[in-house]
Amino acid sequence: MIRVEGLTVAYGAVKALVNVSFEARTSAITAVLGANGAGKTTLLRTISGLKAPLAGTITRDGTDLTAMKTEDIARLGIAHVPEGRGVIGAFTVEENLRLGALMAKVDAKQSLASQYERFPILGERRRQHADQLSGGERQILSMARALIAKPSILLLDEPSLGLAPLVTAQIMATIQELCASESLTVLLVEQNASSALRIADHAVVLNVGHVVANDTAQVVAGDEKLRQYYLGMVR
Amino acid sequence: MDVFLTSRIVSDVLGGVTNGVIYGLVALSLVLVWRSTGILNFAQGAMPMMATYVGMVAFGHFFGYWISVVIAVLVGFLIGAGTERVLVRPLYGKPEINPVVVMVGFLTVLEAVAAAIWSSTPRSLTTPFSPIDFRLGAKPFALSAFSVYQIVTAIVVMVLVAVLFRFTNLGLQLRASALAPEVSRLLGVRVNRMLTLGWTLSTGVGTVTAILVSSNFFTGLTPQVMDGIFAFGFIAAAVGGLDSPVGSIIAGVVIGIILQFVGDYVNSNAIILVALAILIVSLMARPNGVFSAVKTRRV
Repeated sequence: MIRVEGLTVAYGAVKALVNVSFEARTSAITAVLGANGAGKTTLLRTISGLKAPLAGTITRDGTDLTAMKTEDIARLGIAHVPEGRGVIGAFTVEENLRLGALMAKVDAKQSLASQYERFPILGERRRQHADQLSGGERQILSMARALIAKPSILLLDEPSLGLAPLVTAQIMATIQELCASESLTVLLVEQNASSALRIADHAVVLNVGHVVANDTAQVVAGDEKLRQYYLGMVR
Repeated sequence: MDVFLTSRIVSDVLGGVTNGVIYGLVALSLVLVWRSTGILNFAQGAMPMMATYVGMVAFGHFFGYWISVVIAVLVGFLIGAGTERVLVRPLYGKPEINPVVVMVGFLTVLEAVAAAIWSSTPRSLTTPFSPIDFRLGAKPFALSAFSVYQIVTAIVVMVLVAVLFRFTNLGLQLRASALAPEVSRLLGVRVNRMLTLGWTLSTGVGTVTAILVSSNFFTGLTPQVMDGIFAFGFIAAAVGGLDSPVGSIIAGVVIGIILQFVGDYVNSNAIILVALAILIVSLMARPNGVFSAVKTRRV
């Protein structure tokens, strides 16, 4: 479980997040929704230690992450799949996965094999450079690279960005399946509210750095005002 | 066959390769630092020079050649790591001119300190290898035991670096930290440590180079011993591509051979001119280096 309390983050004079509090529960998908500039990416970057907050705390099962270094947070089993995929284009698919497996306590060869089994397309392309993959394949590689270290918490930043609806649906299904099979805590940042709400258990809606809703996905999806004003969804 | 092997052309090629592997090693050490931290280290010759003085002169009094070599390389590692931690780390994210100024300043300081401690008089290091060319029949063959030692050592260092980067987990982390520091951090890689390690390795490679250069009977060790070599190594790195270890080594060897021919057939004073011409022409044709993977897009 990840608990965020009173989090305030600023870039210079501009506050990106103001007094944000919520919880992401274990074995559940918590969607963080909102328009461009709502502070969604900043939230994930702060949890991963890439951005220092002005105030507030982030704890994981009671451990304070707020002052920790990014690499130490990653080593605690908190995997962040950044926006724009974050695969290393000059590396082969296999090298990308090996990099992810470094911190895993399991055998690298075995964990590579299990990812190839789960995502056969990566096995087929293992010797190719990651910059030769399609957008969807890169997203899959990026998720596989995060999963290979057997994280307990998965932070996903806009996994559907720039993907065709069919590919998005596949990715979302994979996330849902992983959450259940690996009992992951998933924090899913999405601009594409409808596909995120379809799989999420819980939803937090951000608007220019403020939490405007924090409820079950069902309630958020059913709230006409939220849908219209903050999520840009028209029935 | 003997006539061919002792011909002027073969002699020039062999002499060129002997010098060229040195330029290649200097270029490799520049590339290691450039790839990990994006800094062109102008003290890349002086830092190894210092390590060579400490290892070969200060400790050389007490130990034989090989033990002194090991000590010098270890001191080189320490100088590299210490420089990154103390001098270079505060410069990350600062304007690009800052590291240039700092490293040129560091070069001057190191050369002055070495001269103050050990004087500028060349010191010859005793080497176990003869600098006298082998003979084929009555004619000299343009290789000596020393040049074989130099070439073999260079190849061994290059292969070790290649194996480290290509086939080990440490190499994977070093490359990842250079290509994508933020992503690497998110995967738990201790990027700062990798940057320090990049400088450590680079100065280690540089120290092997400086030992070879100053073990040469005809040069000896002086505080400025690496200045000229650094210039050629720098040209090799720029021509081969600062992001391409293999490219910079090949460029070093090719430049070594070309310059040997220039010195033999034209005039030894023309060497530096031709070297600069190679640099200018290659930068005009391929600004990122002949072997660089960087693709420039027209917009």
